[in-house]
This record gives sequence, C-alpha cells and structure tokens, in this order.
Amino acid sequence: MDLFEYQGKQFFKQFGMPVSDGEVAFTVQEAVDAAERLGTPVMVKAQVHTGGRGKAGGVKFAASVEDVQEHANNILGLDINGHIVQRLWIEKASDISEEYYASFTLDRSAKQHLGMLSAEGGVEIETVAAENPDAISKIHVDPAVGLTREAAQAWVDGANLNPVAVEGAVDIAMKLYDAYVQGDADLVEINPLILTPDNRVHVLDAKVTLDSNSVFRHEDYAEFDETQPRDEREEAAHEKGLQYVGLEGSVGVIANGAGLAMSTVDVVNQVGGKPANFLDIGGGANADVMAGALEVINNDPEVKSIFINIFGGITRGEEVANGIIEALNRVDIDAPIVIRLDGTNADEGREILQPALNDKLMMEPTMLDAAKKVVELAKGAEA
Amino acid sequence: MSIFVDSNTKVIYQGLTGSQGRYYGLLNRDYGTQVVGGTNPKKAGEDVDGIPIFANCAEAVEATGATASCIFIPAAGVYSAVMDAAAGGIKFIVCITEGVPAHDEATFYNELKAQYPDVQLLGPNCPGIISPGQCNIGITAGHIAKAGGPVGIVSRSGTLTYQALYELQQKDIGVTTCVGIGGDPVPGTSFIDCLAAFEADPDTQAVMMIGEIGGSAEEEAADFIKNHMTKPVSSYIAGVTAPPGKKMGHAGAIVSGGKGTADAKMEALRDAGVKVGLNPTEAGELMAEIVASL
Repeated sequence: MDLFEYQGKQFFKQFGMPVSDGEVAFTVQEAVDAAERLGTPVMVKAQVHTGGRGKAGGVKFAASVEDVQEHANNILGLDINGHIVQRLWIEKASDISEEYYASFTLDRSAKQHLGMLSAEGGVEIETVAAENPDAISKIHVDPAVGLTREAAQAWVDGANLNPVAVEGAVDIAMKLYDAYVQGDADLVEINPLILTPDNRVHVLDAKVTLDSNSVFRHEDYAEFDETQPRDEREEAAHEKGLQYVGLEGSVGVIANGAGLAMSTVDVVNQVGGKPANFLDIGGGANADVMAGALEVINNDPEVKSIFINIFGGITRGEEVANGIIEALNRVDIDAPIVIRLDGTNADEGREILQPALNDKLMMEPTMLDAAKKVVELAKGAEA
Repeated sequence: MSIFVDSNTKVIYQGLTGSQGRYYGLLNRDYGTQVVGGTNPKKAGEDVDGIPIFANCAEAVEATGATASCIFIPAAGVYSAVMDAAAGGIKFIVCITEGVPAHDEATFYNELKAQYPDVQLLGPNCPGIISPGQCNIGITAGHIAKAGGPVGIVSRSGTLTYQALYELQQKDIGVTTCVGIGGDPVPGTSFIDCLAAFEADPDTQAVMMIGEIGGSAEEEAADFIKNHMTKPVSSYIAGVTAPPGKKMGHAGAIVSGGKGTADAKMEALRDAGVKVGLNPTEAGELMAEIVASL
C-alpha cells in the first residue's frame, strides 16, 4: 500500500519526526481556506502515487493566497504519469539550507534491513547511486537485533552531512527506523530531509509503502487501503478478494495460481495478443470464485475474448469443469471463452465440458494452442 | 535418493487441528509421509484421525523423534510457530501459510540463523516439498509426480511447479525432489540452497528451476550455477510482460525501480549456460532433451 505524501507525514509524526503543518484540499476553495488558516507562504503539492511531481508542475511555491488559488487551479486535474491529481497538500513553506536523503527498506539479497543516507538529497537516489555511489552512506540492520544509537551515529557520520545537522539526523534516523519496523513498512523514504537556516533537521517529503500483509495488526490501515489507486475493474476485483491487476489489452485472463497467471499473460503476449488483465483465482477454482472472476472480466468493455487457464492439482479436473459450467450458468458472458484444462483428472474434466462446447465456449489441449485461439478470436472481434 | 526429506522423515503438523492442516496433513499421510503428530496447546492429548496432538513441538519431538514440521497456522501466528519448532528441536520447518508480514519473515530468518544455525526453513507462502514416492509435505498433489530421478525441481511458484511435475510425468521422467521455495520477499530456503543440495545428490542429474519477477534470487542462482554446478539446468521465468510497480499475486513478484525484470534474469541464466524456455511447456521440452542426452 502506497501512502500519499500527507498520509506519510502524518504517519511519521506519530513517531515523533518533525514535519510541517498542513491541510488536505480537494478543491481550489479548500486550498485557499487552508492557506488562510496556515498563513502564507505555503507550498501547493499534488498528492499522487507517483514520482516526478515537481518536474510535471505538481509542486508550487505560493507567496500569497492569490498564488494558492492560481496553482491549485492548475494542479487539480493535472495528469502526472497517468495519475490525475484529485487532492492537494497545502503546507507551510520551509526555508532550506541543505537537502539530504534518508530511507529504510528491505534488502532481499542480504535478508536484512537497509538504511541509506546521503548529503545529496532532492534528486532521485537511483541517480546518486549511479553517478556518485560514494555519496550514499549505507547501513545493514539485522531485524533480530535492531538499530542501536551507536550504529545510527556511525551511519550518519559516514554521510558527511553538515556537522550542525548530525545530532538531528541521528534522532530522525532512530525514529525513521521505529516507524519502518513498528509500522510494518516496505519502504520509508524522506527526500528531501532538510537542514533549515536555523539549523533544524526537518522532514520535507515522505514516501511510505506499507506491507498489506500486516493489516491484521494495524486496524487503522483500512483508511490507506481506501485511497489506493485502482481503476474500476481493480476495485471490483478487490471487493471480491481476487488477485487482479488491470492491463491495457483485449484478452481477459483467468488462471489458478500467481505463477500460472503471470505465465498466461506472457504466453498471450508471445503469440501476438494483448492481455486485458492478470487474475489469479487461487488453487481451488470452485464455482463461486470462477463466477466472480468472470463477472469482473465481463464488465471490462475492452475484453474481446477470455482465456481460462486451469491446472488441476489437489482440485481435480471434474471439480474444475463443474465449477466452470456452474459459473457460466450464473454469469451472462458476452465474449467467447477458450479453456485450457490440464493436470489431475484433466480427461474427466474435459469430458464434462465437451457437451457444453460451442462457438462461444472452446477448449484447447495446451496452453500455447489456447493462447493462439483466444488471440485469434480477440483480433477477429476487433477487426 | 532425494534432498532434504525422504521416506524416513517424521513430520509434525503445526495446526493439524485446523481445517487446512487436517485436510493436507491426512492427504500427506495417505501419500506415505510419516505424519507422526500435530500441535495445538489447547488440544494436547487429543488426536486427529489417530494422529496424536501435542502442546508444542518440544513435546512432539520428545515423544515421536520427528525432525521436520509443516506449518498450517494463520499468518499472525507464524512467527511463534517457527520459533516453537526451532526451540523444540525441529531441523526442517516447512511453512505453507501465505500473507506473513515481511518484517516477521526477516526477523525469524535472522533469529534462526543466529540461534539455530542447523535449522532450515522452507517458505513461507510455498507449496512445500515432495520427494516422489517417499515423502510429501505440503499441498502438492502427489500423484502428478513420477518417483525416481534424474530431475530435481526448484520453484518460486506453486501451480507452475505442479505444471513442471506433470509435464515431466507425461514424458515419463522421474523427479528426485521438488522444492517449492515460495513467492515471498524473504524465503527461508533459496534457489542456491536447493541447487547446492541437488549438485551434491548422486541421483539428481539435472535441475529444472522456475523463477519469476522480483528481487535478484535468480541472478544469484545464475552466478552459483556458473561457478559451482556441473549438472545441466533448464529454466523458465514467469512475468516477462508484467507491468512495473505492480505485485503480481505473490508478495515478492514485483518489478521495482527497473530491477527484478524477467529479461534480466533470463539473460543471467543463459549467460550461466542454462537452457531457458519461454513458456513452461518449452522448459519441460528442454528438460526432456537434457534427460535424453544424459
């Protein structure tokens, strides 16, 4: 789950990190009202789940309320990398002497947490890593041990920050690690972390990704789940508890298991088609989950044909076939369907499907044959 | 022969009294696995279809001599279950549960390493392990695997693992052991752990490796294959066309910051001399060619 900047700052604030006062605004009027309450100058910042906001014109300094009105008007509705700006964060402007970078994330190779700190902030860390890797001070933290103040001190010392910033940076480093661990975050990033002219170290931006597997111990994360960017199809699938990712093509994909679903998307592409989605219905493939999946696919107007790719393991072919037939009785499907059924008792399953086959419901013996057929159907419907 | 588990392996099912634990525990027993006990602190002294339930792994190990365990406990309880198994003397822990928070995984991985260096964890979020004809721990359908050899399988994906077992069975090719390492960010057992074990196993003569997008485990495996393996390897990587920044079903299957793409993984594997198939069927065919030339 990705948080908006303002949600990330509120999250950081709970752990005692210094952030600027601000308010969320959904309209120009709300932005103006917020600026009046906060007092100018303020920053008008687009709240979107993507980087590059500044370059896209989504972050502006406003010296006066009139400026706030103008910028809010320009930024609301702006398209930043395909994300339409629907909310703004109006924040007290800060004076900046220096810009730093700080983050924690999981290093999957080392199987430990990785902290990165740099005196070169305000630019993408990937750029710093490529052009001047020595400018990044790194620390690996054993999750079973945690971050000690001594280790944090050494880490900060390695970043060659302005000496007046060191104490404040160590303090923020400790709190950032607390937020990362106690909050079950995949990523916490402050870029830039700033030094002000009066020598305070202050959080000016916040990028936070939370682990959705941890919601069972963070009831308050439901509010973040609600603001995840999902298109209509993804929202419908999410409500049904399906693992769905919307894509741009015309072939609807349903498969059991994440690996097989990924593989199905790949094979459709390989034979010249464009998948409309990734959809994993899990191991069981019963009628309920199949019907739900077909509904989601069927409601996608771009879908011209549907590929059901099931491998029977513990769930036998007969059960899968009966599930598909029952689901088809429940949902009225517009696009033609191609089924590939393999694995445990596949022959028995295919026998059950056989009488139901027609020009809207087809079956192919292999994944590759089925992919070719379903792509041909999609192209035929588009022509 | 096989790796990690065989016909002598005695297994405790943590969560045998739950619906999933019971279902798969009994299926595994039917397959021939030595399912010698279950744990549930509230139901110690009871039994599940004749299998005794113990309060914890220490008591179960004491009474049965089990060396392996299989966890079917909800995600919130997995951390405690893993540490209970290790403290109780279990040496091979298989965790089927999905949805375990990444911080828990990273923590118990490192705690095991520090406190119980001889304990091996498989998973979480994996289908388990099967040495066909000998021992099946987890949720793999045993009858889709042909016993014997000469192929060993290691995979990050469940259904693609089954697909691989089934395709080899259709071609009448046997499998020594098939290990599902799971699709989470911190798998207890890595590709390299399995590749090294297969390299050392005299009955395994070739290895099929199924990877997917996200992380760099396949690249690290490619490096290992290049420098330490004499046995031929075929591979398939899922997610060639996955959009960046999206988790594709598995928590660990995500291309982020241009890293973890299928193309980079395939290139690394090809560079290590691995035969890479563009779909699971092709990888199976490549393995059949390898087996024919052995």
